[in-house]
Order: sequence, then structure tokens, then C-alpha cells
Amino acid sequence: MADRPVPIAEKRLMDVKLGELGTWLGGRDFTPNGLISAIRKGHDRYYNKYINVKKGGIGGIAMLLVGYVAISYIWEYDHIKHDRWRKYH
Amino acid sequence: MLSRLVFVSGSALKGSGPIGAGLVHASRSLHTSSQSQAPVPALSEKGGKVRHGIIPEELFQLLYPKTGVTGPYMLGTGLLLYMLSKEIYVINHETFAAASITAVIIYGVKKFGPSVAAFADKLNEDKVAKAQEVKDLAMTSLAQAIEDEKKEQWRAEGRSMLFDAKRNNVAMLLETNYRERLHMVTNEVKRRLDYQIALQNLHRQMEQDHMVNWVEKSVISSITPQQEKESIAKCITDLKALAKATQAKAAV
Repeated sequence: MADRPVPIAEKRLMDVKLGELGTWLGGRDFTPNGLISAIRKGHDRYYNKYINVKKGGIGGIAMLLVGYVAISYIWEYDHIKHDRWRKYH
Repeated sequence: MLSRLVFVSGSALKGSGPIGAGLVHASRSLHTSSQSQAPVPALSEKGGKVRHGIIPEELFQLLYPKTGVTGPYMLGTGLLLYMLSKEIYVINHETFAAASITAVIIYGVKKFGPSVAAFADKLNEDKVAKAQEVKDLAMTSLAQAIEDEKKEQWRAEGRSMLFDAKRNNVAMLLETNYRERLHMVTNEVKRRLDYQIALQNLHRQMEQDHMVNWVEKSVISSITPQQEKESIAKCITDLKALAKATQAKAAV
């Protein structure tokens, strides 16, 4: 789709080409307000897609729980490292 | 289907977003732009598709052109083996716990999912039905109000006839009053004129009587005794003559 040219910083992440990634990151809004608004938008997108529907499924919260499990594993990795079975992989 | 329950109770929590988003939230709800009359978009029927409960369908769509249907599964298996072999994911007591919990959760979801979903659907439906009822009631009452208003307008149109009738009434009252007064005036005038006539009649009568009396009196007083005798003698001779005449007639 050839839309009118959009400045790089405002493109969605999936539309940004690899070479433009640096400019894209530089142009994003990192002020506290910007961060909060980004979090808010992300939350709204997820909520409206998976939870705020008439017939939602388990996926909506299951994905959140799996994400929670994954993140807590990552945060505890330094501690879990000691349970490894082998020293050299 | 748990998310359906979340939704049912989520609308209560929706006002309280994540902490710290209060700034953005407040500025969003201030309605600085004029209110738009566009109808609120309806909720989508189904959520975004999720495969096996945890992987969004978009991943499969993303990899389909390059790797076909089995692409994401191969990716998953490869990642899993990599993480196990490099012990990025360490198998310890927690693995067993996680496995048991996952088994129980999957069993619970598969067994009780549909019934919980039906229950949540029923709750939603009840809410919607109630709201619809309120809306229908409001619509009928408003339509009724419109009908009544139209009737009142129609009634108001008849005002001119009402005023004409009233004007007629007033005119009749005035007319009656006027005629009454006219009658009264004529009666009064007639009475006064009658009085005058009676007065004149009385005057004339009295004059006449008085004059007659006076004439009589003067005549009587003027008849001297001598004249009286003469008139009586004449009357007697006349009577005798008359008697003789009638006797003669009777004899014939």
C-alpha cells in the first residue's frame, strides 16, 4: 500500500525497516508522559483485542499469565543458574 | 472464557487504569473536543484468535508464507530443545510443579470452559436485556409523549373556534343587556307620558264637572219661583194634550 509518506518516527514498529531502526528509536517519545501514554496505548490495544469482546476465550488472560511466568523466570535466572545439571554446555 | 468473567467485572475496574496513568487518563476524559454524535462502535464478537491458548494467531500468519503450516511448530520445538540443551531453561523441582499445575489447568479449562462461558454469556445477556428494556421503555414513553404533544397542538388549533364561541356569548350578553335597557327606557317613558295624560284628563274632568255643577247651580238659582210655576203649568197642559192624543189613538 502506497500511503502518503509518514515520518519514520511515527511508523509502527512492524513497518520500520531494519536500517531505519536507529532513527525510529531516536524519534520516539521517551518523556515520562510519552512512556505512560505508550504503556496506556499498548494496554488499550491488548485489552480491546483480547478481553473487551463479547465472547472472549482463555487466550486473553492465559497470555498474560504465561508472560508473567516467563518474566519471573527471567528475573530469577541468576538464582536458578545454580540448579543446572551440567557445568559445560 | 475466564476473560468473559473478567470483562463482566472488568467494566467496574476499567475506570482505574494502571497506577501512574492518572495524568493521561484525566486529560483523556476532559472532553476538550466537542461531543461527537457518532454511535459508539459495537463490541467485537470474538477476541483475537489465539492458538493453544497462549500463542496468538498472528505468529502463524507471519511465518506461513515462508515456512508453511508447520513453521511455527518447528520453531517452537527448536527453541525448546535449544533452551533445554543449553540449560537456559533449567529442569528442577519447579518444572515438576509447573507441569502438574499446567495439567490441572488444562483439564479444568477443557472440562468446565463451556459451562463457565455459557454462564458468563447469560450474565451479559441479562445486562444487555435490561438495558434494552430501559431503552425500549424510554422509546415508547417518548413516542407517547410525541403523540400527546401532537394532540395538544391539534387542540390548540381549535382555539379560534373557542374564541369565536366566546365572542358570540359576549355579544349575546351585550345584546340582551341592551334590549333590557331599551325596554326599561320605553316603559319608564310610557309611564311618565301616561301620567301626564292622566293628569290632563283629570284636569279636564274636573274642569268639566266643575263647570257643569256651576252651570246647574246657576240655572237652578236662576229659575225664579214664578218661572217654576209657569213651567209646571205648561208641563201639566202638555201632559193633558198628550193624554188626549193617546186616548184618541187608542180609540182608533
